[in-house]
Amino acid sequence: MDSRQKEIDSLKDYKYGFSTDIENTKAPKGLNEDVIKFISNIKKEPQWMLDFRLKAFERFKQLKEPDWQKPKYPKIDYQDLYYYSAPKSMKDKPKSLDDLDPKLLETYKKLGIPLQEQARLNGIAVDAVFDSVSVATTFKEELTKQGIIFCSMSEAIQKHPELVKKYLGSVIPTTDHFFATLNSAVFTDGSFVYIPENVKCPMELSTYFRINASETGQFERTLIIADKGSYVSYLEGCTAPMRDENQLHAANVELIALDDAEIKYSTVQNWYPGDKDGKGGIYNFVTKRGLCKGKNSKISWTQVETGSAITWKYPSCILKGDNSIGEFYSIAITNNHQKADTGTKMIHLGKNTKSKIISKGISAGKSDMMYRGLVDISSKADNSRNFTQCDSLLMGNKCGAHTIPYIKNKNLKSNIEHEATTSKISDEQLYYCNQRGLNQEEAVSLIVNGFCKEVLQQLPMEFAVEAQKLVGISLEGSVG
Amino acid sequence: MLSIENLKAKIDEKEILKGLNLNIKPGEVHAIMGPNGSGKSTLSNILSGKKGYEINGKVTFDGENLLELETEERAHKGIFLAFQYPMEIPGVNTNTFLKTSINAIKKARGEKELDAIEFLKLIKEKSAELKFDEKILNRQLNVGFSGGEKKKNEILQMSILNPKLSILDETDSGLDIDALRIVSEGVNSLRNKNNSFLIITHYQRLLDYIKPDFVHVLKNGQIIKSGDFELAKELEKVGYEDFN
Repeated sequence: MDSRQKEIDSLKDYKYGFSTDIENTKAPKGLNEDVIKFISNIKKEPQWMLDFRLKAFERFKQLKEPDWQKPKYPKIDYQDLYYYSAPKSMKDKPKSLDDLDPKLLETYKKLGIPLQEQARLNGIAVDAVFDSVSVATTFKEELTKQGIIFCSMSEAIQKHPELVKKYLGSVIPTTDHFFATLNSAVFTDGSFVYIPENVKCPMELSTYFRINASETGQFERTLIIADKGSYVSYLEGCTAPMRDENQLHAANVELIALDDAEIKYSTVQNWYPGDKDGKGGIYNFVTKRGLCKGKNSKISWTQVETGSAITWKYPSCILKGDNSIGEFYSIAITNNHQKADTGTKMIHLGKNTKSKIISKGISAGKSDMMYRGLVDISSKADNSRNFTQCDSLLMGNKCGAHTIPYIKNKNLKSNIEHEATTSKISDEQLYYCNQRGLNQEEAVSLIVNGFCKEVLQQLPMEFAVEAQKLVGISLEGSVG
Repeated sequence: MLSIENLKAKIDEKEILKGLNLNIKPGEVHAIMGPNGSGKSTLSNILSGKKGYEINGKVTFDGENLLELETEERAHKGIFLAFQYPMEIPGVNTNTFLKTSINAIKKARGEKELDAIEFLKLIKEKSAELKFDEKILNRQLNVGFSGGEKKKNEILQMSILNPKLSILDETDSGLDIDALRIVSEGVNSLRNKNNSFLIITHYQRLLDYIKPDFVHVLKNGQIIKSGDFELAKELEKVGYEDFN
């Protein structure tokens, strides 16, 4: 039993706990106008972009950090963070993968994301974000042929200012909440996607984020625009190296779907959750919002959240266009001392709008899980519908699971359905699986994957397998 | 193959098995009969490795101390328990469960795991043998199964895993005649000079189909009498109460 326990312990040690020694270019510590100008300057941004940032910063100064969320965290000193850090070797921009700093490539290899193989074998165009600067974009040419733009946000600001100007901040304005506004002021980089009218993006677009430099908050900004009649599926996957200090991650993701367009956004988030005593780990305070702007448009969020010390996010859909559809499929797993306060918001504005929420929360160890969701059907959203299903699975008796649905229906012709269940993995189920030759970990993984099935089915194939493994790995050592 | 010496077991301070002895050789079919609460299910649980019992005595399986092995290790060594109450596992396809199970066992034994095609071939073959409706395998494991379907599913799993020692814990209770026949055929088709069976039952009915080599009467935590098939018939006549 002892050797078994050791094995479990070693497995539990975070696989991606290493950091690459690359000299960084850093902005001076602290948050002020000069730092924002420094960021804008180093990225050679046009004046309108700097104005956007400064406007957000002005607003930020008036905002108070929210504290209504369930997971509390020690106060963050925003003057004690670095807001910009770029690998130095990026000064002369690499022309191709071969030009990359071998150490960067090595880091990705350890993460199990060999860019070339990944790109070639999976047919995925990978826009890798290392700390704050995008270092490689593959398959660009192929996408360009169809008029698809897939590049870093910095590049988009330079090359496609008309699109960025029009849509950046149109879903998450510079006057939004505390963290979103902070992001608007200091965001460093991220991905930009534009799919032209009637184009179906021929491959899954994918970004892997990675937090690397010590004491660096990550402020990613992602903007995806699907023009009329277009379709895109976007995958985001994350891992981060081990750190003792807590690291703030406050990204903004904006999606815009015009008439008859569809955006599918999938996330697998596996950031460092802290050690088993609750030390360290990422604060994942991300704002993700999609606007179904056009009629018959559709936005679908799928998330598998297994990492981070605290996950605090509500990927949302604003269903503005008539007949538009919003979907949210979520698996959130917390173990040890992890905490999550996550869910979605479905704002029905247009007529005949539909939304569907399937949330699967799994808590183990001493962790705490909260589903918080808003369904708001406005008075003009005739014949709209929402279906919500919220299931919680508890493992052990030291963890918690909570569900708070906020339901507002201002339209008599519309209706909202909410179902919720809470269950436990029983010893009898585990015994049954053990008797059929599965060890404890395999048994837990099988049962939990069954519990999450409806959500896992929503993930693109290549991601689903990875996610299934991750579900198992995240819960290793949580039973018996 | 299996040797049990002076096995005593307690749960929550209550003594259930009070010095049980039993030997099963390769190829033998043993039936254990006994009234409710005599310790039949406890015996099958202890052999398959369910936790929560305070155990004394000696149990060896193929010369190894069985009591030291984890539940899954016992499964890897070829012990199978057909559950009295098979568990439901929502969201897990029966096929997926079976494939995970057989491959976990193969992996532990250092054998080559089955790929999807090999597995489906095996499933088809075994289902046909047992006249088992394959459609059931696409449903979630035991979820919404009738009592008979659950038991038949246990037998299908047994025939796919081809265990050395199969323990059937009241597999016959609640079965109609047709299901009973399927269960018996499942057992009989696996019967050979290497595979052994321990069949726990209340009734003689199942034994008419299976014809055990030995019948034991378990009462009050001990085997009070052993004999051949005739013993089962006698028991059925006399009843447990007056049987001594």
